[in-house]
Amino acid sequence: MQYLLMIHRDEKTLQALTQDDASRLMAAYGAYTKAMSEAGVYVGGERLHPSSTATVVRVKDGKTSVLNGPYAEIKEQLGGYYLIEAPDLDAAISWAARCPGAATGAIEVRPIWAM
Amino acid sequence: MSARDQTEAARAAAARAARESYGKLVAFLAARSGDVPAAEDALADAFAAALTAWPAHGAPANPEGWLVTAARRRLIDAARRRRHAEASAEALALIDAELKAAEDEAAIPDRRLSLMFACAHPAIDPSIRAPLMLQTILGLDAAAIGSAFLVSPSAMGQRLSRAKAKIRHAGVPFRIPEREELPERLGVVLEAIYAAFSHGWSEAFSDDPRGRDLAEEAIWLGRLVVALAPREPEAQGLLALMLYAHSRRAARRSAEGRYVPLSDQNVALWDEAAIEDAERLLAAASQAGVPGRFQLEAAVQSVHAARRLTGVTDWPAIVQLYGALYAATGSPVVAVNRAAAVAQTDGAAAGLALLEAAGAQGAFEAFEPYWVAKADLCAKVGHLDRAREAYSLAIGLQTDPAARAFLIERLAALD
Repeated sequence: MQYLLMIHRDEKTLQALTQDDASRLMAAYGAYTKAMSEAGVYVGGERLHPSSTATVVRVKDGKTSVLNGPYAEIKEQLGGYYLIEAPDLDAAISWAARCPGAATGAIEVRPIWAM
Repeated sequence: MSARDQTEAARAAAARAARESYGKLVAFLAARSGDVPAAEDALADAFAAALTAWPAHGAPANPEGWLVTAARRRLIDAARRRRHAEASAEALALIDAELKAAEDEAAIPDRRLSLMFACAHPAIDPSIRAPLMLQTILGLDAAAIGSAFLVSPSAMGQRLSRAKAKIRHAGVPFRIPEREELPERLGVVLEAIYAAFSHGWSEAFSDDPRGRDLAEEAIWLGRLVVALAPREPEAQGLLALMLYAHSRRAARRSAEGRYVPLSDQNVALWDEAAIEDAERLLAAASQAGVPGRFQLEAAVQSVHAARRLTGVTDWPAIVQLYGALYAATGSPVVAVNRAAAVAQTDGAAAGLALLEAAGAQGAFEAFEPYWVAKADLCAKVGHLDRAREAYSLAIGLQTDPAARAFLIERLAALD
């Protein structure tokens, strides 16, 4: 089964990281991605630009509205994701627990609806 | 005593009864019917009633008897509701009489060991045995257990329910096995307790305070088994093993919260009382002359603990113990530990050769300690690229942020 691991974290604390801490975090993510690839779990994944760059689009009664900012103004924003292939939810949870972001924010694990 | 003090005292009495008596009362209430969920529900109602009645009237002189009486009413009501399906009036009268006798006698028989054997029965899925014991003996909820075992609370709740239904419908017995099958069956109980301890241990420094509790709850279960089955060397061995590991908890992090490997730990921070407790248990276990997995693992920890007195680690002794342990279990995890110990006695190249032989047999892609050992040994023999690769995998597999930071430093130190 495929699962989406959505990494939610506080953008303010992320921006406040020192250069050293930021490069350590990048190294941890690099190692995490590599471990997932080696285990045959990794399908895909990307980092997102901060939520200040987000735009929300809606069409209501034929009228399009375009708004600046993220869908919801909350402290922890979606900052990136991994798409993984795992035998079951337990395996997906164990990979989520290893994500560096799990220690600083929260990882939401959602099964992909197979079409 | 003011009304407020009385309320607090009654609350404290209920909390104490919950910790000390929960498993005993579940085991007692479920022993005849095999119906653990019914016993748990009845007991939960009894505790809820205690929280209102005790502050109002003061805690009873015999809290367990009071709780059994309250739970008994609920059980009888529930049994009556499905009487036509399962229980005859005669059976009901029997349950009633038995429960009543217990409430009159102050002493309720302690059947917790039987309940543990039911939870760790071969018919029960191995992965749910430890969670089942934590719930039935200690009353932990599915969310707390799920967090420690990295399973969602709803999935953990469903698995616990299924396992309890199986105990009842398959007629899993609440009894202590006969002498000849006891060692094997006790081994399964001990494995489950150790699984609970290991989960509590690896979570011990996460932000979740329940993690710290789980290791202590497992030690509590270990003490209970030793108390209820005092002549079982492996039970003593397991308790000793857990106490040795627990004795080092204050030394595993620096004042700044950084990870400290065993070899660098300040032995003054080890808990002397816990170590002495463990040494006594291990000595008592060895009297029986029947070595086993837990005694051997505890003996390894005893050698490590001796460093607090001698200042050095007796690696040849550890290599010998891991050799015996590997012969007994064939466990790939033991093979990794043995290779790391051999690297101390015969050099990094010899250790690495053993480790790679183990790696060729076991599936270690997602086993972090293997990659840490491999990285350390590759670095020592000068294979820096292979060391980098192995550290990188270990970092990616580690869940503990402090241990991850430690590995990232080691990786950086290679350059």
